[in-house]
Amino acid sequence: MADHGQTEQMLEMYIYETTQNIEQLEAVILAAENADRYDEDSINEIFRIMHTIKGSSAMMLFDSLAALAHKMEDLFYFLRERQPAFIDYSLLSDLVLEGIDFMKVELQKIKNGDPADGEAGQLLQSIENYVTVLKEQTTAAAETAATAAGQLKTPMPAAADSSIYKAVLHFAADCGMENIRAYTLVLQLQEQVAELQYLPEDLDSADSAELIREKGFTLFLRSDKSYAELEEILAQTLFLERLELSQLPAAETAAAGAKDGDVPETMQQLKERTAQETNLAAGSQAVISVSVSKLDQLMDLVGEMVIAESMVTQNPDLKGLQLDNFEKAARQLHKITGELQDLVMSIRMVPLATTFHKMHRLVRDMSRQLNKEVKLQLLGEQTEVDKNIIEHIADPLMHLIRNAMDHGLERKEEREALGKPAVGTITLEAKNAGSDVLILVKDDGRGLNKAKILERAQAQGLLTKPAAEMTEQEIYELVFLPGFSTKKDVTEFSGRGVGMDVVANNLQLVGGSVAVDSVAGEGCTFTLKIPLTLAIIDSMNVKVGNSCFTIPIASIKECLRAQQHTLLHDTNGDEMLMVRGVCYPIIRLHQYFALDTPITDLSEGILIMVEHDKQGCLLFVDELLGQQEVVVKALPAYIRNRHQSKGLSGCTLLGDGSISLILDVGGLLN
Amino acid sequence: MAERAAQEDFFVQDDEDTQKGKYLIFSLGKEQYGLEIKYVMEIIGIQPITEVPELPPYIRGIINLRGKIVPVMDVRLRFKKEFKEYSDRTCVIVIQVEEVAMGLIVDAVEEVLSIPDSEIVSLPEIKQNTNRYIKGVGKVGDVVKLLLDCTKLLTEDELEDLSEL
Repeated sequence: MADHGQTEQMLEMYIYETTQNIEQLEAVILAAENADRYDEDSINEIFRIMHTIKGSSAMMLFDSLAALAHKMEDLFYFLRERQPAFIDYSLLSDLVLEGIDFMKVELQKIKNGDPADGEAGQLLQSIENYVTVLKEQTTAAAETAATAAGQLKTPMPAAADSSIYKAVLHFAADCGMENIRAYTLVLQLQEQVAELQYLPEDLDSADSAELIREKGFTLFLRSDKSYAELEEILAQTLFLERLELSQLPAAETAAAGAKDGDVPETMQQLKERTAQETNLAAGSQAVISVSVSKLDQLMDLVGEMVIAESMVTQNPDLKGLQLDNFEKAARQLHKITGELQDLVMSIRMVPLATTFHKMHRLVRDMSRQLNKEVKLQLLGEQTEVDKNIIEHIADPLMHLIRNAMDHGLERKEEREALGKPAVGTITLEAKNAGSDVLILVKDDGRGLNKAKILERAQAQGLLTKPAAEMTEQEIYELVFLPGFSTKKDVTEFSGRGVGMDVVANNLQLVGGSVAVDSVAGEGCTFTLKIPLTLAIIDSMNVKVGNSCFTIPIASIKECLRAQQHTLLHDTNGDEMLMVRGVCYPIIRLHQYFALDTPITDLSEGILIMVEHDKQGCLLFVDELLGQQEVVVKALPAYIRNRHQSKGLSGCTLLGDGSISLILDVGGLLN
Repeated sequence: MAERAAQEDFFVQDDEDTQKGKYLIFSLGKEQYGLEIKYVMEIIGIQPITEVPELPPYIRGIINLRGKIVPVMDVRLRFKKEFKEYSDRTCVIVIQVEEVAMGLIVDAVEEVLSIPDSEIVSLPEIKQNTNRYIKGVGKVGDVVKLLLDCTKLLTEDELEDLSEL
């Protein structure tokens, strides 16, 4: 049992790590491709990631993944070591991205519990071919260079002549940018010594500056220069405060063996040892990863605790008793549970950055296939949204961006003719607006074509009122109807008419909405409005017969008592009420849900005016129970699958442990 | 989600040795039924049930099981038997099949029995259509217990709904 559990955990960890690695890899490659070159750092980074994936995949016995990672590692090893002059970067990126895609598919299989049985053979072969081509090119180039340079190059000094030195440099306090200074030094030294290794390895990050400040910059050198010579070179470093240079004992060098190849190995080991020490000293990790299901459990538990708390403090047994100390303690408890609830909620908040960054890849692939140059601009990617919601908006965003690229943006020539910049821009922007988050997908393309939309909608029979009477906004909204697509030919990316309504549906699932605005010739903007969190809503509890229902406060306009003389009946016998000159239909909840209640006379119960998408109606209920913040729970899967009615969106637990059903106002109105 | 399911699979496999061939026996009127024990999460007394509109009558509603919302099914109504008022003998057997949890309202819970596969016979062909939820008949001494197929109990109602139309 323990064994199983462990494998399971390892697998989970493996999937998590590899997914992260792959995402990182993708980001590095896309960045490199944008810059149109793979600099040394990104090659090292890719190499490192491939190495990690190879190692862990081999350990988990996913051979095809390991083999692929190994090949890619080979490729980047070659790039790193030989630095070939002519690289077809786009071909290289294609190759690596193809590899990434393969890995993603395999990972998905593993996640689903299927065997990772994909065949990487062809991919391996194409990488192999690419490496061979590169090798040939490089060898050819190297030969020419060698002939030109003649015999000028001094042969590498033999190991016997050189000694290993260890140098620790401390920079003057407050000199700043220690990592950059160290890097300059490394560049300088590389020309003068035979072998050079240094710690910290990654001089790019600001963290390394911190490390150097604390522990100094450690260098391992192998050189045939004397101690004095080296000291002189190192002492020239700017802002140097202290230098500890030591020649490593001959024994260590000797023990490494007289063979040339072994010496660097020793240096490697030395370096690793020092690195380990540094890591130990650097201490604990500041971030841990937690599985979402555990968070959900925690959230459930906290929700239960809130209920249990009110069960204790509002216990009927306590009624009428004078309990000053108890009240005090109860208030304290209430405060703590409240804070705990807030904290759990905040743990689940995730920045949108990951979702946004995934769009880079989409834009890259599409801009190639459609032959349109597009720049993706991200704004406000640090905006945080509940984890559950993020999962629901990735697809809509992808749809919108596909649409913008396929339909919205014009071809390059067209853009130039119109006097627009040749490169199209898609802007993805997120911002907070009250308890909602707005996500804007903006393009600077041709905008929506009103006439075309109308014509199309007419052909599909989607129009509900005469075209002449429709406002601009209403015409644009037509694109969200199911089955609507203006593009006649279906492309790989869009045009099947299943796009926009999926977007709208997906957002409705999380209680959000989507709107569109457009200026002909200047582009269009889709605005997604999503709630910050699904988990807790402010709501009004109402009673109908023996049942309790919960209505989100956000959709309630007002509550009122009906007066007989304002009551109207239409020809179908449906009831309506005139409120301040506007007529609202009445939905009797007891009829809608077929419930028994003694209160059927409109004047006895109460009417609640609700609004959704500018459509209003009055709900007739027996009585109001009060306003409360409730933790939203989904209806059980069994019921969700079988429920025909659109009137319910979930359920919640009340203070006394009983269940209340949450009304879906949008569903009721439809 | 997938991981969790996989994890549960592990447990199911592990527990199979101790749970195999064991059935929880409950009664509806005079008949006795058996459920494979591996599906049973817990047994509780009858709870206040919140009615959910527009569901088949045999789904009585949902209950709050320590913060978890679980639908409850009246097995009597499910098998087209007459409704019986709930009493303090009435039990709710909470079962979990894959990801779906469900409370089964039964008259009473009797015992846990080991019924080896050799003692289980399938139903006569002719009856198969009417007794879709019965997996087999277990013989214990000279009484028979009807063994339920939990998966079908939870999934096969769409068919029925269609045929009722």
